[in-house]
Amino acid sequence: MSRKASSKLINLDQLFKVVIWLIPLSITAIFIWILSDIVIGGIGQISWAFLTTNPLDAGRDGGIAPILVSTFLILAVCLVASVPISIGTAILLAEFTPNQNWFGRLVRRSLDVLAGVPSIVFGLFGNAFFAQTLGLGFSILSGGLTLACMVLPILIRSTEAGLRAVPQEYRLNSAALGISKTSTLWHLLLPAATPGLLVGLVLGLGRAIAETAALIFTSGYVDRMPTSLLDSGRSLSIHIFDLSMNVSGGDSNAYGSALILILILLIINAIAAWLGSKYNYLYD
Amino acid sequence: MSKPKTLSQSPLQSWFTRHKDQCLVWLLRGLAAIAGAIILLILIFLIKESLPVLQEVGIKAFFQDRAWNPVEQSYNLVPMIWGTGLTMFGSVLLATPLGILSAIFCHYYAPQSIAIIYRRLIELLAGIPSVVYGFWGLVVLVPMINRLHPPGTSLLAGICILTLMILPTIALVADAAFAEIPQEYLLGAKAMGLSASGTIWHIVIPTAKSGLLIGVILETGRAIGETMAVLMVCGNVVQTPDSIFDPIRTLTANIALEMAYALGNHRSALFVSGLLLLMIIIVLAIATELIDQEV
Repeated sequence: MSRKASSKLINLDQLFKVVIWLIPLSITAIFIWILSDIVIGGIGQISWAFLTTNPLDAGRDGGIAPILVSTFLILAVCLVASVPISIGTAILLAEFTPNQNWFGRLVRRSLDVLAGVPSIVFGLFGNAFFAQTLGLGFSILSGGLTLACMVLPILIRSTEAGLRAVPQEYRLNSAALGISKTSTLWHLLLPAATPGLLVGLVLGLGRAIAETAALIFTSGYVDRMPTSLLDSGRSLSIHIFDLSMNVSGGDSNAYGSALILILILLIINAIAAWLGSKYNYLYD
Repeated sequence: MSKPKTLSQSPLQSWFTRHKDQCLVWLLRGLAAIAGAIILLILIFLIKESLPVLQEVGIKAFFQDRAWNPVEQSYNLVPMIWGTGLTMFGSVLLATPLGILSAIFCHYYAPQSIAIIYRRLIELLAGIPSVVYGFWGLVVLVPMINRLHPPGTSLLAGICILTLMILPTIALVADAAFAEIPQEYLLGAKAMGLSASGTIWHIVIPTAKSGLLIGVILETGRAIGETMAVLMVCGNVVQTPDSIFDPIRTLTANIALEMAYALGNHRSALFVSGLLLLMIIIVLAIATELIDQEV
């Protein structure tokens, strides 16, 4: 190779290196830009009164108390409905089904598709099924159940991963001692798989609390304090959407709500990371 | 001394104790059946709700009617399909190289500590709610584009926001694909005196090809399905855009905007667009499966 060509190659290598450092730098910069914009815009809004009073004047004034309550109720419904189904499915897939079993494969495939379904389609389905066919109307119950369908794939996947991480010797020892499968599951496998389950739970919560499109036509827009699960309740994310799109002059309270949402998500993320690291060295 | 416990049980209870394992398996199968049936239920309900309008005007109407004006029985979805297609195409075109390069950075260029922090950052970026992206786009990005070329709410704003939103998907999948590459390949390349960029072009990318392809499919699915962010920054005018600065409306935004007051055939037509989205997602899922099987 001539000297000129080889120096050209080295230059190309250098150029590539510059590009490859520039991209993460700019992504980081944009991330900081978004976050600082929300923090700077929202920090002035947040106070104890903001968290504990009702919204006034379509949300331009006042706080977000009923919205926080509705959000947590929706999440609670979502978890109560999705956790038993996910744990059951994950146990079946990880412990009681051979990998080539047709039923297991079918369930896994359908969950893979479910994981990709757009949230607005979940919204349409929730509206047609929970709100109309089951007659729940625009309510916290409809919204929570719609979200439960949505987080199932995440919950099942991480619970299954948690169960599969339990060493095979545990099962063999237990079988050698003549302990029934049910007892093995209850006393050995489930406690051992709890961290995986918790990580999944936290990730599912994060997905659910970030959701907007699936809730617009299921849990509705009403920003009053809900008195029962059959009341319509506005989630935090819908509140942000409504204030920024439909209410002129709602931006400052939208900033405040967005900051609260981001803070909740950061806490959720930190918990997931902490649980994840705890669980990684359990069996190493 | 009291009798052994099992003897004092009713027949039903003792049957249950003896068959505990079987009962448990059937209970679990029931729960798994529920989980597996949800996607089927979604499909059935979308079809059921879209049937009335499909039977009345047929599929062709959605592509050949004069305009989207459901109140006057005209259901042309073509402008919205353009909207979804163009935002998807633009964002995938931008996010794919950026995401792959950022994963390469993580694996082959960054010091260990920076790579770990950067990965956490990408995960956080993936976790930001779409409504927050949309809000940021509305208050920061749209005014900037407006100064460049009014009105600001535009195809370009949609592409920018979507690129940010789907970038973590491809970056994380590419990261996982690169982690699977056998160490010997890289050592071999080094021993042959291949340059760093040469190794990446000729060894890393071809080896991880199918993983990267799955990443692209996943990000495409996300771009098609995204609702709130594009709804907030795209302007939502029903039109086929002439330039990148024109406002557009996507299929998803159309559903979110009109579902609140849609009745009868109008509502049914919105379910047709939902069904269309679901079909695309199912096709993408099948494609992923096929690529996965080939490996």
